[in-house]
Amino acid sequence: MTLPVSGDNVSLHETNPTGVLFSTCLAKITMSIFFAKRLLTLIVTLIGASMVIFVVMEILPGDPALVILGINATDEMVALLTTELGLDRSAPVRYWDWISGLLVGEMGMSYAYKVPVWELVEGALWITVPLAIISITFSITLALVVGLYAAANHNKPADIGLMGFSQLGISIPNFWLAVLLIMFFAIELRWFPAGGFPGWDEGIFKSFKALLLPAIALATVVGAILARITRSAVLEVYREDYVRTARAKGLSQRATLWLHVLRNALIPVLTVTGIQFAGLLAGTVVVENVFHIPGLGSLVLKAINNRDTIVVENVVLLLAAMVITVNFIVDMLYAVIDPRLKAQDI
Amino acid sequence: MPLLNVTGLSVTLSTADGAARAVRDMNFSLEKGETLGIVGESGCGKSITALALMGLLPERSETTGKIEFNGENLLQKPETEMCALRGNRMAMIFQEPMTSLNPVHTIGRQVMEPLRLHKNMTRAEAKAEAVRLLDRVGIPNPQERLGNYPHQLSGGQRQRVMIAMALSCSPDILIADEPTTALDVTIQDQILELIQSLVREEDMALILISHDLGVISENTDRIMVMYGGAAVETGPTETFFEALSHPYSQGLFAAMPKLGMGRTSRLMTIPGVVPDLINLPSGCTFTDRCPLATAECRNSAPPLRQLTAGHNVACYHLDKARTMKAEGLFA
Repeated sequence: MTLPVSGDNVSLHETNPTGVLFSTCLAKITMSIFFAKRLLTLIVTLIGASMVIFVVMEILPGDPALVILGINATDEMVALLTTELGLDRSAPVRYWDWISGLLVGEMGMSYAYKVPVWELVEGALWITVPLAIISITFSITLALVVGLYAAANHNKPADIGLMGFSQLGISIPNFWLAVLLIMFFAIELRWFPAGGFPGWDEGIFKSFKALLLPAIALATVVGAILARITRSAVLEVYREDYVRTARAKGLSQRATLWLHVLRNALIPVLTVTGIQFAGLLAGTVVVENVFHIPGLGSLVLKAINNRDTIVVENVVLLLAAMVITVNFIVDMLYAVIDPRLKAQDI
Repeated sequence: MPLLNVTGLSVTLSTADGAARAVRDMNFSLEKGETLGIVGESGCGKSITALALMGLLPERSETTGKIEFNGENLLQKPETEMCALRGNRMAMIFQEPMTSLNPVHTIGRQVMEPLRLHKNMTRAEAKAEAVRLLDRVGIPNPQERLGNYPHQLSGGQRQRVMIAMALSCSPDILIADEPTTALDVTIQDQILELIQSLVREEDMALILISHDLGVISENTDRIMVMYGGAAVETGPTETFFEALSHPYSQGLFAAMPKLGMGRTSRLMTIPGVVPDLINLPSGCTFTDRCPLATAECRNSAPPLRQLTAGHNVACYHLDKARTMKAEGLFA
């Protein structure tokens, strides 16, 4: 659906106020349809994801009861625990149980820890989400500074040097960088703790300090990728006709970069940022382990080892929901950055 | 003192394949309120000449010669001073209205930009002026249009917006590089008429660039035909077609479809292709396509010679070219 566009000639309906009102109304309806469509996609994707997660956990070999009781357990004991955990019921029943529970905000009880799953998840979320936000903030800052500077000095030594560094940044595995950071900043300089997480009750500064090195380890790779994307996006936009128009108006090279190039170049940067942020939420497991941080990654890893399927299912679905939400926000931001996307349905 | 005086302008672009001599030894001047049409086929250096005047050539290029604007050589001006001139004293309209406006900014913001930049207008003043300008270029409902984005406008309207932007600071000179090439035929005339009337009202000088001799002949005081990066013929529009002599100009003229040609007669074409700007022939660049070419043409480039008052041609075989004009040089 597009807004009414007039031809080159003056058409009558454009000049009367009813036409103006109509076009504003149409714009609002277009936006509502856009939101509704995205929301529907979000729900359908979540339902699909929940099914896939459940089926995969069904196929996964290993019996939670057996893992909990150990190898010396008798068949009766295992059968008893299986009934107690409700695992003897058929798969569709258990799936429905899980989903209907989620609809009223219940994640169920952990098989291994005998506590509500939400308690485990909540604690981990308060670590992983801030960690992901801190690292994506670092990444974006690094990317914009490096990417813009490199693009503004295209093919000059600064550009070539920075791109060399970014190549290095992409190539370094984050767990190895994490070890290097611990060796230097924690062991050598003793500026930061080598690992662990004190908990937010111990003070924001202390917790932030504990998350800083892991955040840098994660942000380096993401930042390097984003810096390269930013640079090439800016260079791409520089070739556009409207950039020449801006220069012909008398804007300086720098003003053109800030006022006309940057916003257009942000579109590909935003796409990759969305993907990378989703990756940060779900993929911090290795770095969390290096720093002994009890985040979502560590939780899901432990839960898999314990065959604590209910925890795994909930955490993975939560991650899926977060990834989808991030994508949803990215799509919304597209519409903010590029007015053309409002008119068409993305 | 003429408004614009170009002497010995040459532009060399460095490309991956070598140095391309896009413009060679151009000389022309423009008085206040005068209109000059530059005509030639694609790749003949028309647009590069225009960009050189604006100082907007790509970084990897070398410009030599002199571009005197109000007596000052633009090629020696620092970038900050050029920025103060661009969009202010000299403005340009481009070929592609569909891509020449920034898609993420509103029309209003883009029209207001030069006003805020050069005239130090406040937002409110610039807005009022933008409404006036949009109205002037024939955009209906200008107040409402200010909030629109380029994609909400047709090609013709976008070019009108470009014109409004270019004229916002009442420049001394307007350069229009193929302003109607990308538009529908019906819109082309409207846009050209608009440019004409605005130029006349403001007493601006105009450089109109086109590959269309028809467009040029209807809208200019003087015509310059370019080929292979250099001017081959120039003269007053009024007598240009009568005096027209250069084999290339003759070819260009003959290649224009004429009313009443009938469907059986084929459209005349000039055989061959435009010369490669990286490996230009040492003599006249038209040698390879010219029916009159001799060894002399191959060895040295002919200088511009005066044929009649104000009409100059660069050709060694003018007499022959003129005698063969009646029967058609390329027939």
